[in-house]
Amino acid sequence: MTARLPLPHSWDDLRRWVPWLLPLGAATTLAAASDGYWPATVARMLPLALLAVSVATVTSAAGLPTLGQVAPYAAGAYTTARLALAGHTLAPVQLVAAALVGAVTAGLLGMLLVRHRTTVVLMLSLAVAELTTITAARWRTVSGGTDGLAGIPAPRLLPGTPALTGDRPMLLYATAVTVAATAATMQVLYRHHLLLTAVRGNESRAAASGHPVTTYLWLVHTGAGAIAGTAGALLIHTHRWITPADVGFDTAALALLAAVIGGAHSPPGAAVAAVLVLGVRDVAAADWPGHAPLLLGALFVAAVYLLPGGLTAVPTRLRTEIRRVRATRRPEPLPAVSRRTP
Amino acid sequence: MTTQHVDAVDHIPSRRDPADIQRAHDTGLVATGLYHAYQRLTVLDLDSFAIAPGDRHAVIGPNGAGKSTLLHLLAGSTRAQTGTITYQGQTITRRGTAWRARAGIGRTFQHPTVYPGLTVLDCVRMGGWHHRHHPDRKPLELLELVGLTNRADDPAATLPHGHRRMLDLAVALAGQPRVLLLDEPAGGLTDTDLTRLLDILGTLPGWMAVILVEHHMDVVAALADWITVLHHGRRYFDGPADHVRADPTVRALYLGTTQAGHAARP
Repeated sequence: MTARLPLPHSWDDLRRWVPWLLPLGAATTLAAASDGYWPATVARMLPLALLAVSVATVTSAAGLPTLGQVAPYAAGAYTTARLALAGHTLAPVQLVAAALVGAVTAGLLGMLLVRHRTTVVLMLSLAVAELTTITAARWRTVSGGTDGLAGIPAPRLLPGTPALTGDRPMLLYATAVTVAATAATMQVLYRHHLLLTAVRGNESRAAASGHPVTTYLWLVHTGAGAIAGTAGALLIHTHRWITPADVGFDTAALALLAAVIGGAHSPPGAAVAAVLVLGVRDVAAADWPGHAPLLLGALFVAAVYLLPGGLTAVPTRLRTEIRRVRATRRPEPLPAVSRRTP
Repeated sequence: MTTQHVDAVDHIPSRRDPADIQRAHDTGLVATGLYHAYQRLTVLDLDSFAIAPGDRHAVIGPNGAGKSTLLHLLAGSTRAQTGTITYQGQTITRRGTAWRARAGIGRTFQHPTVYPGLTVLDCVRMGGWHHRHHPDRKPLELLELVGLTNRADDPAATLPHGHRRMLDLAVALAGQPRVLLLDEPAGGLTDTDLTRLLDILGTLPGWMAVILVEHHMDVVAALADWITVLHHGRRYFDGPADHVRADPTVRALYLGTTQAGHAARP
């Protein structure tokens, strides 16, 4: 587990909050120093960042590599869109509703998925991702078909407050939601760290000690579904339109890629990596049209070979390497015989 | 263990006293008509098996006799294809491993298993998770019992085989089982560890029922008061430990007669 979130009783405790305050500080700086393009671009990356947190949670805590989190993501997104189009534009209400629908969707799918392991889960979740796109395209009354839903009203933070239409306020809002949801995820994972590590490490032993392994995994999957649903709400808030392509295989693959690059055992790392992945796809590849998938593929291969454990493992690997280099450079003590030589 | 060839055996009824079986029905673990096969290969076909609180019941037999399968069926890690299992008068045939463990059926594994991501102490904590507010014995006491106090903070994955087996036993005991299933607990232990194992098993509470699957006959002789001999998945012989060990056919087939050294103890 990479981050812990106690209340800041002292400076030592406050230091633990710094990693969580950094994204907020960066977003504030970006909003203050930049024009509308960059805040809008970064804000639109954050739904995928939160989806990557959900994928990394299922992958790390439950040990189930999955592409299927786009289903609760889609459920949360369409719930938010429909609520907004029906005139319910309060963001907190939309976020809670999306989280609930996402949890229910993930809970239903989890009944099938958590009974399997490794590649079987991956294949089943691939089917879930494809079925999500197909369902979204065919369920016209909800999704608007392949044309999608557009003209979705902007959210309002509180009753009577103006709608969040500006790029800069939206960046701050999206960053706050992403950081809060990630921090809440980490807090829950930290509290159940021992149990989840044990279950993931040895299911037979855990079951023989009375732990209902499948139930635990289902709870993780369902909880991660709530996060994915929240990410779906954020997608509507930042984009204000949605098509079935936004909740398809491409999105699922990007989220899983972010989890791999960020470090499958670190949901915050996956969020950072999601921003990096989208940065490569949408910004770095802008001058090289049509080659974004090639760049992403290269990034994936580089991450697998050069960053085992992902970005979050880099500091530990660096420390180990520095210690190793220092140890090899340290001069060996002179042999006892040479010291006796006059 | 070297064995002589034996033709497929017929069902031999258990010689257990009906009163003991009734006591097991009410307060212990009883299996009736257990059958399990892998494709067409029958691995277990047992008409009855009963153990009451306080019993020390060893199950012996050659490799492939169905001993471990019997433990898997009783623990719930494998579902019986036919048959009924009752525990304290309640049918548990369809119950899973975790439910049975919480109900009081604990086990160790033939290949000792640990939680690779946890420390030794945390492994024991996980074993007693459901009793953590009212433990019989605290995790550190259990580690002291199995001689692993000095390894409490070490990662469990770094333990050698013998220590893993001891840790497996401590984890099982942390669950405060009423029926303890031991799958070859002496396998791969050094003489020192074996002595400690016998000490531990000898001090288990009187109300605990123990089913012991073991090839090491010193352990069986020291612990068991009733022995069932399995062959080709069926009961070949059963009876009080002294009778079984004195039986010439069993001695010839499974105890290796007198030339097998420690395996035969009159």
